[in-house]
Amino acid sequence: MARKIESLVFHADYEKIISIVEQDSKVLDLGCGTGELLFRLIRNKNVKGRGVEIDQANILKCIGKGLSVFQGNIDEGLKEYQDKSYDYVILNQTLQVTHKPQFVLKEMLRVGRKAIVSFPNFAYWKIRAQLFFHGTMPKTETLPFEWYETPNIKLVTIKDFRKFCKDNKIKILQEIFIGDNEKTLRSVCLANILSSEGLFVITDSCATD
Amino acid sequence: MNKNTRFDSGSIGLVHTKYFTFANPPDELELECGKKLGPITVAYETYGKLSEKKDNAILILHALSGDAHAAGYHTANDKQPGWWDNMIGPGKAFDTDKYFIICSNFLGGCKGTTGSITVDKNTGRNYGLSFPMITIADMVKVQKKLMDYLGVQSLLSLAGGSMGGMQGLEWIIEYPDFVKSAMIIASTSRLSPQAIAFNEVGRNAITTDPNWHNGDYYGKSIPRHGLAIARMIGHITYLSDISMHAKFGRRLREREAYGYDFSSEFEVETYLHHQGDKFVERFDANTYLYLTKTMDYFDLASKFGSLNSAFENVTSKVLVMSFTSDWLFPPYQSKEIVKSLMNNDKDVSYVEITSSYGHDAFLLEAEHLTKIVTNFLDNLKVDKNGKKN
Repeated sequence: MARKIESLVFHADYEKIISIVEQDSKVLDLGCGTGELLFRLIRNKNVKGRGVEIDQANILKCIGKGLSVFQGNIDEGLKEYQDKSYDYVILNQTLQVTHKPQFVLKEMLRVGRKAIVSFPNFAYWKIRAQLFFHGTMPKTETLPFEWYETPNIKLVTIKDFRKFCKDNKIKILQEIFIGDNEKTLRSVCLANILSSEGLFVITDSCATD
Repeated sequence: MNKNTRFDSGSIGLVHTKYFTFANPPDELELECGKKLGPITVAYETYGKLSEKKDNAILILHALSGDAHAAGYHTANDKQPGWWDNMIGPGKAFDTDKYFIICSNFLGGCKGTTGSITVDKNTGRNYGLSFPMITIADMVKVQKKLMDYLGVQSLLSLAGGSMGGMQGLEWIIEYPDFVKSAMIIASTSRLSPQAIAFNEVGRNAITTDPNWHNGDYYGKSIPRHGLAIARMIGHITYLSDISMHAKFGRRLREREAYGYDFSSEFEVETYLHHQGDKFVERFDANTYLYLTKTMDYFDLASKFGSLNSAFENVTSKVLVMSFTSDWLFPPYQSKEIVKSLMNNDKDVSYVEITSSYGHDAFLLEAEHLTKIVTNFLDNLKVDKNGKKN
């Protein structure tokens, strides 16, 4: 997995994720960066949290915050973790930098009762416009890199992700579209155009609410 | 190092080894093998001061050939400081201005603590092979006695590399409430068959030395040759392919071309001979036999039924560190420890340090380790509300 750049961490997402996660639950945060989200989840929701991170400088910051963190590459899977051993497995703004997103998502759903996935939506109108009008690789706040140095290799749209879930028999429990007029977005087609990010709560188990 | 700058601000300066004796008959210590041993003398050193609240003690656990002398110098003329001097001292990772650091020679060692080289008071002769087999748990039991003697009621942390990490694991299992946190570096919950194999070759080199005499060589010629070979083999396992390339390459020493004879001419050869010869001056052959066997026997999964059950009652915050090029205590073994602790929902972190130094990295990667250890220790003093104690 490529390294997630710190500027790619979006604090708006944090608030949304923190509001979704239930009090006192058990959380595994994949690609946890410097551990900010995990730290806030522990403080605000009293979760029992753990992080997985590939970058050693980030690991140091996590340890400095007193977090439980495991240095590892999530593209290699979550073999250190038992089936359904977490309430939530979080993949925040990291899906697009994994080499094997399908495998990573499968592993998340094996280990977690629910998974929370957020990613930059590549069908966002500003991205479409750059490609359409300028004919250049799009650069936005959520995807700020030049084509030759971007860690984002598996870009996806909200529509793609919904189809992926359907094809893989993954149940979408909740979807949140972040972007322009997010509160009024009722149609997915519109959301796919007006949202800069998609945030999904998914599960593979039938027994979940 | 320049003599004038020897005791610079980062050095703890002059230190002394102290001794503590307990388990005098009839109160001998019962060992895991069932035998009793006493009296037992423990060689130890301490650096820094135990705080009034007694909440700043850190126990350092040495590896196979280490000793109680972890930092500073015994005399102003010492060529080398203690074995972990790059980590222990004022302002260093184990900051002696903040922490009370303790290091003792483990039971069965030959550096001042009772071991096979010690004279048995009952016979007036060195124990030799009549010394009982010591386990890692026995070593830890003795270290606990030392803590009691020093008035240390809990450990803020402990740290051990390699065989020291084995003791650390035993500590958090045996005395969970005593140990607030633990750093287990380049270690394992049990040796791989490959590591046991290398130990056996080392032991064989010693026991086939004609001077060994079934371990009764005291006051006579010692099995120099065997012990030196054992150390040479050990050294190969502490390095890595990459570090040997970097350190020696195929360079020749004192020769321009091959001599086409059997003198040692490659740099790597003379290095190993030098290490072997040096070791003989400071270590004991029977002790090497005992300690390698102690490591071979260490197996938490077999002792407790499984590694998961071994860690069931752990309450310490644990930090496990491994090095990418370490093939003697490879990262997968550290990950096994972490996995089992995670399965038990314990507070554990894992760092895999990129290093080309092989197993020796735990003594050499001071810069990396300092950053990690400092971050880890700093946080221990912070309570849940983010306030520093």
